[in-house]
Amino acid sequence: MKQTAISVQDLYVSYFGTEAVSGVTLDIESGNLVGIVGPNGAGKSTFIKSVLGLIPRDKGLVNILGAPVKEVQKQIAYVPQRNHIDWDFPITVLDAVLLGTYPKLKWFRRPRKKEKQWAMECLRRVGMEDFSRRQIGELSGGQQQRVFLARALAQEADVFFLDEPFVGVDVSSEETIVKILKELCRHGKTVVVVHHDLSKAQEYFDQLILLNKELVGFGAVQDVFQPDVMQRAYQTPFAFMNEMGV
Amino acid sequence: MEFIQAVMEYGFLQKALLTSTMVGIICGVIGCFIILRGMALMGDAISHAVLPGVAISYMLGINFFFGAVFSGVLTAIAIGFVSQNSRIKHDTSIGIMFTAAFAAGIIVITMLKSSTDLYHILFGNVLAVRSSDMWITLGIGLFVIALVYLFYKELLVTSFDETMAAAYGLPVRIIHYFLMTLLTMVTVASLQTVGIVLVVAMLITPAATAYLLTDRLAVMVFLAAGIGAVSSIVGLYFSFTYNLASGATIVMAATSLFIVAFLFSPKHGWLFKLAKTRRQRASLQ
Repeated sequence: MKQTAISVQDLYVSYFGTEAVSGVTLDIESGNLVGIVGPNGAGKSTFIKSVLGLIPRDKGLVNILGAPVKEVQKQIAYVPQRNHIDWDFPITVLDAVLLGTYPKLKWFRRPRKKEKQWAMECLRRVGMEDFSRRQIGELSGGQQQRVFLARALAQEADVFFLDEPFVGVDVSSEETIVKILKELCRHGKTVVVVHHDLSKAQEYFDQLILLNKELVGFGAVQDVFQPDVMQRAYQTPFAFMNEMGV
Repeated sequence: MEFIQAVMEYGFLQKALLTSTMVGIICGVIGCFIILRGMALMGDAISHAVLPGVAISYMLGINFFFGAVFSGVLTAIAIGFVSQNSRIKHDTSIGIMFTAAFAAGIIVITMLKSSTDLYHILFGNVLAVRSSDMWITLGIGLFVIALVYLFYKELLVTSFDETMAAAYGLPVRIIHYFLMTLLTMVTVASLQTVGIVLVVAMLITPAATAYLLTDRLAVMVFLAAGIGAVSSIVGLYFSFTYNLASGATIVMAATSLFIVAFLFSPKHGWLFKLAKTRRQRASLQ
């Protein structure tokens, strides 16, 4: 049963009068792994942050799972860019994953044995259970990203947003992450990934959102990942696509 | 030994000891969140910003606690407003607002013609703590500790990853001002012990020392509280024995502990890191 997981209508966002996202309208069905691509400064992060309600929008409507974002925030997991995290923070791997259980804990309640076991289970899924007692800064970039994916898994969300999850990540971690994301989609979850590197886009995603402030393209990967469409967003000839055998 | 005897004997010394220990504990606890959020400068700002509130409270004859919390929180809001609504960066905004508040405070106090009070507010005089002040400090202390305990989960997640906290619906801005209010209350409680000018040291130094000793926030909070308390007691001893300003001796005690941790911390200490580098290089010879 497919249903609309994310519905964005006529979304406008600006920073002090400078337009960052301009008139984006799209519907994403549940069970899709969606990549957001576009040149630097195209408003990719801004787009997902405004969809999540983290920055105010000038105009437009966003519904997630059929309701305004504020009502379904606990069904949404968000993985921030790695460079937004203080990796010297005094927190262990397990405690960082435990944060994923916080949204469902009531005020004044602490995570208990049940939550800790669940967090360990999520760590196992990303293959990081042996590192549970390490401080997060002692891990490699790929391991750190896997821990943050485990935290998102711990949230038991229905919709996942990941901002540049593959930056500074080793190949095997990237494979693990993609495998888990695909698995989530098979179970009907919706996953949206801001993605920088076009080379793997076709392999990873079901659908692509091509942004350059405006929505340049949206749809199945094979339809959007065409030289003429991509060129409109990047404003440069897409010669390299030929090299990649497109 | 003499000090312990004196503590048994003199009521004023007992009050000083209790008050400054509590100040050490709560400064350590709140300080952990302040330094992890990169708000050390904010701690300095809020502590200075309570001055006009204290002065106006004296003028109106009300308890200085209310005026101080009011002017502290108001300054925190003004700092946030300016940095969020202009190109002025956060640290610049802090610099503008807290010096303005501090200057206003000095003018009000000068108008009241009370320069001795000003001296004590600025530098602290823990040996002159009255019973009522002690009870206020203890009350504030227990209140602050209780709130940190109750909202520990929220303070942890907003300090570590504010975006995630906002994404799942926590009111991160309210939590920020909640912490600013706690910070102001701690500052007020510390006024007589260390004084406005040196409060920031008690907020930052014990927390930073604890930060070098552990990789878990919960442990860090307890360590910082302990280090703060020990600094207060040791500082008070030197203040009493050698007749020195209590704020200065307490801060020097805290700094000494920091230097020890900086050099000898088992994991993050300078010597340990040096030894590790040496070993690594030797293994490559």
